[in-house]
Order: sequence, then C-alpha cells, then structure tokens
Amino acid sequence: MMVEDKISKTLEFCKGLENHASVLQHEFPEEVAGAKLAIAEMEFPTTRKEEWKYTRTARITNEAWTINKSHAAIDIQSYLIPELDANVIVFVNGFYSASLSKIQNEEGVTVSELCLENFEVESNTENVFDAIHTAYCTGVISIDVAKNTQSKKSIHIIHIAATEVNLSLPLVQIQLEKSSALHVVESFVSLNNYKTFSNRHLQVVVEENASLVIDKIQSESEENFLMNEENIQVDGNGRFTINTLTVDGGWVRNNLNFSLEGQNIEVNLHGLYLPRNKQHVDNHTMVNHRFAHCNSNELYKGMLNDQSTGVFNGKVFVQPDAQKTNAFQSNANILLSDDAQMNSKPELEIYADDVKCSHGSTTGQLDENALFYLKSRGLGEENAKKLLTTAFLNDVLDKVENEAVKNYVTQELIKRDLLLQ
Amino acid sequence: MLRINNLHANIDGKEILRGLSLNVKAGEVHAIMGPNGSGKSTLASVLAGREDYEVTEGTIEFHGKDLIEIAPEIRAREGIFLAFQYPVEIPGVSNMNFLKAAVAEMRKHKGLDPLSAKDFLKMVKEKSKLVELDGQLANRAVNVGFSGGEKKRNEIFQMAMLEPTLGVLDETDSGLDIDALRIVAGGVNALRSPDRSFVVITHYQRLLDYIVPDFVHVLHQGRIIKSGGKELALELEERGYDWVKEENETKLEAGY
Repeated sequence: MMVEDKISKTLEFCKGLENHASVLQHEFPEEVAGAKLAIAEMEFPTTRKEEWKYTRTARITNEAWTINKSHAAIDIQSYLIPELDANVIVFVNGFYSASLSKIQNEEGVTVSELCLENFEVESNTENVFDAIHTAYCTGVISIDVAKNTQSKKSIHIIHIAATEVNLSLPLVQIQLEKSSALHVVESFVSLNNYKTFSNRHLQVVVEENASLVIDKIQSESEENFLMNEENIQVDGNGRFTINTLTVDGGWVRNNLNFSLEGQNIEVNLHGLYLPRNKQHVDNHTMVNHRFAHCNSNELYKGMLNDQSTGVFNGKVFVQPDAQKTNAFQSNANILLSDDAQMNSKPELEIYADDVKCSHGSTTGQLDENALFYLKSRGLGEENAKKLLTTAFLNDVLDKVENEAVKNYVTQELIKRDLLLQ
Repeated sequence: MLRINNLHANIDGKEILRGLSLNVKAGEVHAIMGPNGSGKSTLASVLAGREDYEVTEGTIEFHGKDLIEIAPEIRAREGIFLAFQYPVEIPGVSNMNFLKAAVAEMRKHKGLDPLSAKDFLKMVKEKSKLVELDGQLANRAVNVGFSGGEKKRNEIFQMAMLEPTLGVLDETDSGLDIDALRIVAGGVNALRSPDRSFVVITHYQRLLDYIVPDFVHVLHQGRIIKSGGKELALELEERGYDWVKEENETKLEAGY
C-alpha cells in the first residue's frame, strides 16, 4: 500500500509533463523510454538519504509543474554582462531560443542543438530527478571547440525562467578538444517572481591539455528552485575552473562531479553563496583523483542571513594510483543572523600515501573584536560590517579571472548591500 | 577635557571599576599604573565604548559631553583614540583602505571635505615616518603578519592619521623590545600638543622614561588610590605596589 503511494507520487509529478516529448527522443529513444519506465519505480529523495540529509525537496515534489515552450516577449538586454565579448545562447523555460540568442561564427567553435557524437545520455535509473530530466528534456545545446582553438569570444548561456509553475530541463554539453581553450558564463534568472523549477544538466569533457573556465551566476528570486547537475571529465594536462556564484535564489542545489582521467590535471572549484530570508543553498562536490600528479583546489565561502540555510558537502577521493596528488578544500561560513544555519561536511577518502591533502571548515559570526576595532577608528556599524564582509567575499571574487564577469558580480553584491562601493 | 567621576563598571556581572575618578585637562599626560587585575584595561575599554562593559554608576564627560550612551564610532569621531593592547588582525582588509575609510568618516564628522587621493597618500607618507613604519606595511592587511612591534607602531600611526584630542594607550609597551619602545614613544611624543591629552596605561615605569607624564595614578581594585607627579612612577618601580595598598588600607581603616 505504502509503496503504491510513493510510486504514484513520481508519476503524479510527471502527469503535467506528458504533453511534452523529450528533445532527446530522436537521438536516444531507448534511454528516454528507459527513464520513463524507471521513474515509476523510483521515489523522491527524503532527508533519510545521506545525500539529501539537509535539503528538503517536498516543496518541489508537491508542486504541479508544467512544461511551457511559449512565453511572453522577453528583452534580454538586462541579463547581458557589460563589456563581455561573448556569443549569447538563451534558454527560455528550458527551451533553446534561436531568436533571442546571438551567435556569430567563430572558427573552430561549433554550437549545435544536437548532442555531441561521443557523449552519452543515460536513463539515470539511480536518481529520479535525473531520470525525469532524460524523460522530458526540454532543450539541448552542445558546444565543441576544435583542436588547438583558443576561443577569443566567451560564450554566455542565459537561462530564463519565464512562466508560472514552469519546469525547465535543459542540457548543455561542452567538449574541448585537445589543446583548446574556452570561457563560458552561465547565468540563471527568473521573471516576475514566478514559481519555477529548473534542473539544468551539464556534461563536460576537457581533453588533453585543454583549458575551460565556467563562471556560473545564479541570481533567481525567492520562488525559484534551481538544480544544477554537472558531470565533468578532464583528461591529462587539462585545466578546468568553475566558479559557482549564487547571488540569490529561493532554493539552489549544485551537484558537481569530477573525474580526472589523466596526470597533471588542475581543477579549481570556487563557490560563493549568500542566502537570505528563508533561502536554501546546497553545494555538493565530488572530485575523484585516479591518476598521479593532479591538483584540485576547492574554496567555498558562504554568508548566511535571516533564516536561510546552507549545505556544503565536499567529497574528495584519492585512489591508490593517484600519488603526488594535491587536494585542498576549504569551506568558510559567516552567519549574519542567529537563525541562519550551515551544515558543512568535508569527506576525504585517501588511499594513496604520497599525497598532500587538506580540508578546513569553519562557521562563525563576524569577528566582534574586528568590528569593535574598526568602530574604534570611527567607522560606523554598517561600514565596519561591510568592510569585513567585503574582505570575506573578495577571497572568492578574486578567483574570477574575467574582469567583466567579476565587475558584474561585484555590482550585484553591492546591490545586495554586501560589498563596499 | 576628560572628567571621570565615581565610575563603576561591570563585565559579566563582575564589578571591575568601583568608583574611579580622574580629571584630565587639555595637553596633559596622565599615567595610570597598577598591578594586574586592578582595572587598567577595563578603564581603556570603557573609555572607547566596548559594549561588553556595563557602566552602572558615575559619569564620563568628554569636552563637556556625557560619553556613556555614545557609540564607539561616535566617540572616535569626537576625538577619542584607543591604542589597543592587542591590535586586532583583520585578514583581507588592507591597512590603506581601512584608514581611508576611517579618515573619511572623521572628516565628514567635522564637516570637512574628503581628502584627495594625493593628499591622503601624502599624509600617510608623512605620518608613517613618525613611527618608522615601512610603506609596505600600509598596503598589507590590517595587522596580519605584523610583528608585535609593528602592530604597536601601526596603532600610533593610526593615531597620527586620525588626530584625536585624547589618546588612550593601553599597555602600548607590553611585548616591545627597547628599540621598538623608543620608536613608539617617539611617535607619541611627536603628537603631544597643548590641545591633545593622553592617558597612558602601563604596568611598568619603563615606558614613562620615554613618555614623561604630568601625573601618575595608582589604580587598585577599581579605583585610584594614589596620585602624584612623575616621581611616583619611579617610587613604584623601586618599591612595588604593596606599600601603596597598605597605605590605602590604613587610610580606609582610619576613615571608619
């Protein structure tokens, strides 16, 4: 009886989605069919599951979401990043919008609505959200950068949630062929305080000696639920940096999974999150070191206000062959209110003996002594606090190498009253 | 300039100051000496407005204004400067940005126009010379990675930049070697002027060889039990504090 109830819940969830056929249907009919079958057998995660211990999904799973290709007219001007020289790819409600996108041909860079040849899409029978993504995927964009191409233009992908109770399920694939380089910005925004749920999947392959930087700017509003599932493979001598900048948004979950498939790889994971009100931000990262001489650097910083909650879970595996690994992880949090809550859990599993690994996790208030010190020099309460929060946040902002993006995010944080002008 | 009358102050419900009175006129240097736990640093904290301390009785007047209900930043802008016994390290905040913000607030409070970047830098250069502070330190994060001596010199440098009318030095000599002590004291002496007063809190007479006070007060159990000229400091150095305590007890008994 109970089992039937749960089964009906996932199917119930999909009821409103049935009028939409997954855009993966043509390329991956079996996987889509498999995903649909699997959904019926699966349950939504509860806080009894370790991976979801501090993140509740009930507000997502109880909602009757719909998929909407049509939407009111949108002006994307305000979502562009000033001074950023970029090709712009726009998704609205999870659908690729050719009319709003502006893509100029650049030699060696191919943008397509078809999946990349050697990328696999799975039925995802483990995780019901992933299975739903395959079964009802709303849009695909794939980006391929040819061998030895150092793309001069950035690519800016803008995801706009534009209709009430909309569910967006876009897929972004990025392939950097040998010795190529690319800078990608991905921003997530929403219109009119609509209640929406977006589950964006990202698949990345960085081939040998290639270099990819992704700056993710999440700035939705109170009623938006945003899930980002990212699977990243980096080959030997490859470099990959992802800056996850969660400026705003009601409920955010980032799942980053890295597999390092060769030697001399460097991956950097930086994150900033600033939840307020009753917002919730959850960053789950997993870095799997399988080969020797690789570096992973992880720095996540959060400042939590009001009754907001945060989660950081950083898994690092260093497999027996991954000698000479440098794996550093740090998570620092400031609680700006007594009601804010942070759950931070570093998980290191090290099976090699000649490695340098470290992790640190701190959660505290603004330093009262520092605050008094600043005030005793004439700085007002507000400016003194801002000087401290600026210092705290700059640590991560300084990791954003693209000046245009850094300036843009800085302005956003000034608007949030967290940075000194 | 500063008039403290019958001051009582608590921290965590424990009474530390028990009827302290002190009168400091413009241009005077008052040394407050006393054994550990006598309330010296509490006095400094209460003057600067640290919120952990609760004033339960008495008054503090500064330039004729009641100070007790005034926020620490306003006290600073009105002209009180506390040189901390333990200057706080603030990672990520550059000394320069911090001072720029502080100087701007001070000038705003006084109704002055903001300093131009050029004039500010000129002022930094000039004032940092007073305490032989390396220009490099000005660009580093506040007190982070500074040696004990550098921290104290940084305090005096900040005081020079902010130009208070009352400087409160809380055990500025603690942890300083003789060279650093000389430099710090030299900086303070350079700042002495007819309209600027100092309250110099110290455990040891040594500092007073360099910063010569007009008055010396002995603090014991939260009140001043003996006052005198600079020669009192020498006597304390030689004889310790016990004779003053005994003298005080005799006085008290006689009073009953």
